[in-house]
Amino acid sequence: MQRYPLWKGVLLAAIMVAAILLALPNFYGEAPALQLSRRDRGAFDEAATASIVASLTEAGLAADRTWVDDDGRFWARFRRVDDQLKARDVIQAAHEGEYAIALTTASLAPAWLQALGLEPMSLGLDLRGGMLLVYEVDTQGAVTQLLQRMESDFRKVLRDARIPYQEVAVSGTSVQVTLKDPGQAGAARKALLAYDRQLTLADGAAPGMLTATLGEAEIKERQGFAIQQNITALENRVNALGVAETVVQRQGQNRIAVQVPGVQDASEVVRLLGKVATLEFRLVDPVNSPLEAQRTGRAPLGTKLYRMKDGSPVLLKRDVIATGEQLIDATFAPSQGEPAVSVKLDARGGDEMLRTTRENLNRPMAVVFIEKEREMVQRDGREVAVDRSKEEVISVATIRGVFSNNFQITGLSAAEGTELAKLLRAGALAAPIVIVEQRVIGPSVGEDNIKDGTNALLIAGVALFAFMLAYYKVFGLIADIVLLTNVILTVAMLALFNAALTLPGIAGIVLTVGTAVDANILIYERIREELKVGATPWAAINAGFDKAFSAIADSNVTMFMSGIVLFLFGSGPVRGFAVTMMIGIAASMFTALIGSRALIHLVYGRRRRIERLAI
Amino acid sequence: MEFLKEVPNIRFMALRRYWYALSVVVVVASFALVMFRGLNFTVDFTGGLVLEMGFSRPVDLEEVRGALSAGGLEDFQVRTYGTAREVEVRLPPARTGAAMEEQKRVQAALAELDPEVKVNRTESVGPQVSEQLGNQAALAVLFTLLLVLIYIAFRFRWRFGIGSLVASLHDPIVAVGAISLFQIPFDLNVVAALLTILGYSVNDTVVIFDRIRERFKSMRKAEPAEVIDRAINETLARTIIVSGCALSSVVFLAVLGGETLRGFAIALSIGIVIGTYSSVYVAGAIALDLGASGRDFMPPEKRGDVDDMP
Repeated sequence: MQRYPLWKGVLLAAIMVAAILLALPNFYGEAPALQLSRRDRGAFDEAATASIVASLTEAGLAADRTWVDDDGRFWARFRRVDDQLKARDVIQAAHEGEYAIALTTASLAPAWLQALGLEPMSLGLDLRGGMLLVYEVDTQGAVTQLLQRMESDFRKVLRDARIPYQEVAVSGTSVQVTLKDPGQAGAARKALLAYDRQLTLADGAAPGMLTATLGEAEIKERQGFAIQQNITALENRVNALGVAETVVQRQGQNRIAVQVPGVQDASEVVRLLGKVATLEFRLVDPVNSPLEAQRTGRAPLGTKLYRMKDGSPVLLKRDVIATGEQLIDATFAPSQGEPAVSVKLDARGGDEMLRTTRENLNRPMAVVFIEKEREMVQRDGREVAVDRSKEEVISVATIRGVFSNNFQITGLSAAEGTELAKLLRAGALAAPIVIVEQRVIGPSVGEDNIKDGTNALLIAGVALFAFMLAYYKVFGLIADIVLLTNVILTVAMLALFNAALTLPGIAGIVLTVGTAVDANILIYERIREELKVGATPWAAINAGFDKAFSAIADSNVTMFMSGIVLFLFGSGPVRGFAVTMMIGIAASMFTALIGSRALIHLVYGRRRRIERLAI
Repeated sequence: MEFLKEVPNIRFMALRRYWYALSVVVVVASFALVMFRGLNFTVDFTGGLVLEMGFSRPVDLEEVRGALSAGGLEDFQVRTYGTAREVEVRLPPARTGAAMEEQKRVQAALAELDPEVKVNRTESVGPQVSEQLGNQAALAVLFTLLLVLIYIAFRFRWRFGIGSLVASLHDPIVAVGAISLFQIPFDLNVVAALLTILGYSVNDTVVIFDRIRERFKSMRKAEPAEVIDRAINETLARTIIVSGCALSSVVFLAVLGGETLRGFAIALSIGIVIGTYSSVYVAGAIALDLGASGRDFMPPEKRGDVDDMP
């Protein structure tokens, strides 16, 4: 008779129940569903839910189940994809523009499981089909933009302070100011610091020269901001695609990965996400003739020649009032029955706008939309990146009043207004981005992958189970139960960590099942050896576990270490593999050392005497 | 059921010169293969564009090449994968950001051949990404080796650390040689496979070293070669069963796991076979030739004195 501590048994049972609960939702599968979120970002209330259900019933469509989730989004689950698509059209027609509708899938797990917050693990793009885009943010461009703004701001500050300057120019990561009168250096310094207290100002090479240099930290902060803003902008555009479970995340130093699951028109997605754009608000030059400038090809001092959408020329002042980076929001909002776009700027842009409008009442102001495209061209046998920008004036409007950071652009048609608001928002990007990696997996390929992967997993599992049973008899059966537990625990932990299952992830599970056997085999071979040298059954079992422990620990630790390295240095598929492998190793250590011993006690522990072990 | 009823008595160490020679030949051959035959790098490392197209009917590769040429495309490679209806088109890195246009041109060109052609999968990797992926992979291998060396040297002694390092370096090298020989597409998954081989090989070696350590403690009078042989023989049954199990699961993966995982699974299968060989024949032998002996694991002298006291 050997006693097994009760608390250990209870703990084990509790862990198993938790693991089975966590893994359970995966066995029910999923069904097509719609996910609705309100465009005004409010939560769904009963009235809204009722009106949608009513319009569905009216169209003869019955949702399998409808509910509102914790984030206030409405869900409707359907039996067939046909119903799902029809329902989307019905809702779109009945409630135009009110909701963002996303096609998605919902778990078929019973409501009580969902009420516990248990969801099936999500599938990676390789298993469900979809698109991966990796953008690189031109962080250098963001810094250049900042320097240019500083240059422009400096000019303005010096002019306002009536300090004549010879030149204000960007050089490297600094802005150099050369004054006409070296005696005014002190005054200039004071004026510039009054404008921005955080400036690092140094005396230049010659008297009357001042240099403002961007510090390492400032450049870093600026680049980080550019990436963050791009992520926000991409998130908005991705959400506008109306696809559920999209992922936008930073990847490494200056990249952003975007995952769009499901069936998509790849080029359409790329087009919608990839427009790299910014904006500039500038005053129109009211004096000089743009036609004259176009004819001579030379813009008068302090101005630049642009084109309107229809191709007609327009002369704008060189000084930028505000850029897209200072734009917080732009929405199409009809006011007093007239179409209008309301624009919101940040404080700095607002200040500038206030000053400009005060001085230029009833003069026209223009918005320049700049689309940037980076191209790689061959130059002297080497690949060189060349930025091409397309600049176009998208709006010219007369300043009707003095305003700062909140204003409206009017005098447009409804269609023009919607388009302008969209373009303005698109222009809120800080730095140019470019696609450096793009992968599209067709949904049928995803289905094949999941079928093949699970098939391989099943057959490998069955073969392994049969072998263990034949080779170790009762102990083999125990090992099989332990291995099954191992898979359940792995799935449970994947669900717990919210890790997506990918094809390499399935490979990771297959591999850990293959090597999880190792721990059991080490123990059982040891038990056999002990029995051969004449140990009693219980002595053999205990010695088997004790002596195998160091080998199991050492080998699993080394495997786990390579998992960590894979996770740290790998990306995408390699990471998925590493995560499942590490989770599998942890689960196999637990099950082989603790679970298997508990089961042996369960089988043999109650007997008064054991003649021989079935091993 | 039991494979080895009695613990065998194979004298692995006596023949170690031959195993060394075999390993050296295979490693040199692997280097030669990689140098002269090269590796079939995928877009993950070369950068470029891959399109997997599904035709509505079986197509001839010559037809596909003709259609692509007619569409004004150059420098492309085509091959079938899966069935004769599925064709993979590979193009060198496009101008950054122009992958989409390139893809449309391929689609348009192939639509001439079969209007119902579908795009199953596309991958486009820019040169800056592929370079980084390559560097990351190399770094990952280096760090894994370093970690393993430190861990083994800490758990066993440095002689065993070197032994396992050589054995575990040996394995991915030979696996890369085999990948080159069979021209298995070398992608990120294969790098994961190589690192797994590393981990697996170390795992195998550690189990045997663990037994060597134990035997050195219990067989104090025996010759080191005898002790190591004994440990390998005693663990042989386990080695065969575990490697067999692991091998069978990855072979299932290679056969049934689908095209995407095939390269990964084949690389793993090769690695498991070599990893088993190296932990049995190479790792212990190197530790032995570096002078491994019972003294490596003896408790300090003083403790022995204390034990003798009544």
